[in-house]
Amino acid sequence: MNRFLWPLIGFVVLVVLLAVGLNLNPGDVPSPLIGKPAPAFALARVDAPQQSFSPQDMRGKVWLLNVWSTWCVSCREEHPVLVEMAKDKAITLVGLNYKEVRGDVEVDADKLTPDAERQLALERAGAWLHQHGNPYSLSVLDLDGRVGIDYGVYGVPETYVIDKAGVIRLKQTGPITPDVFSAKILPLVAELSK
Amino acid sequence: MRVWLAAMLLAFFSLTLQAKEAVPLAQDEAVEKRLVDISSELRCLVCQNESLSGSQAELAYDLRREIRTMIKDGKSDQDIMNFMVARYGDFVRYRPPLKGSTLLLWFGPGLFLVGGIAGLVFYLRRRNAAIKDAPLSAEEQSQAERLLTGKDSSQ
Repeated sequence: MNRFLWPLIGFVVLVVLLAVGLNLNPGDVPSPLIGKPAPAFALARVDAPQQSFSPQDMRGKVWLLNVWSTWCVSCREEHPVLVEMAKDKAITLVGLNYKEVRGDVEVDADKLTPDAERQLALERAGAWLHQHGNPYSLSVLDLDGRVGIDYGVYGVPETYVIDKAGVIRLKQTGPITPDVFSAKILPLVAELSK
Repeated sequence: MRVWLAAMLLAFFSLTLQAKEAVPLAQDEAVEKRLVDISSELRCLVCQNESLSGSQAELAYDLRREIRTMIKDGKSDQDIMNFMVARYGDFVRYRPPLKGSTLLLWFGPGLFLVGGIAGLVFYLRRRNAAIKDAPLSAEEQSQAERLLTGKDSSQ
């Protein structure tokens, strides 16, 4: 009896560790930005390129910053969920259009002048939102991905929940699913909006 | 004679031209070397088993560009490391700092080794104690001798 007890215990411990370890998502790296102020930026708006938007403008509001792009396949999957989310009055979505032209492997951005790149990005982003529906209050252009680096973006789409004081409270890496929205995001936004 | 002179002049100028081109390369080399040193210590978050130095991921290119700019701006290695950790967390470092949340990571393997040796010693001692040191009886002794000398009468 005793002879088999310890190997059995060892086996059970190993199975439990493997079960937990293999079910973790290695792509989900905890962000050090949780609990920190959202990094500042001022970027041109997709709908009105002459105007710029800054996180400062959202002080006193709970809002979501969603990183997206038209070349990003998972964003396409996520988009209907965002459109559905935006119907909820409690949700304010701001889009960060990430490397619209440079991120697309099919476009050789090196051959474009900065103006041409910006123009192309505006056209592509605008057309996409027109075609698939626009869940965003507004979207801004991060052409070179520099703001993305400040937010620690490493896999589009990503979404940040930012509170009234401008502090990041949650980061969702990868597409928002209806489950993630109802279980994580909606309760948090309700809590923060109180 | 003129041909020789022309040839020598040509050779001389081509050398100086080469030398002129090499200067900026040499300056860049120091930056590139530091870039490789720093980025080898950093994980690429897109393909996590690759270092930032070797990764072909788009984000890796962007981050190397950032690091290159910081090097040229005269930032220290520590500044650059802090920049990366502030954005991507300790996970971005291949050698994370020693602190509460990384204690198990640093000392876990040592703990397993010590635990394994302790378990082995415990097991061997208990097994030694379990073997009874009983002397053979006269009957068993003679049987053993017969077996050893090959004069087993039973065969």
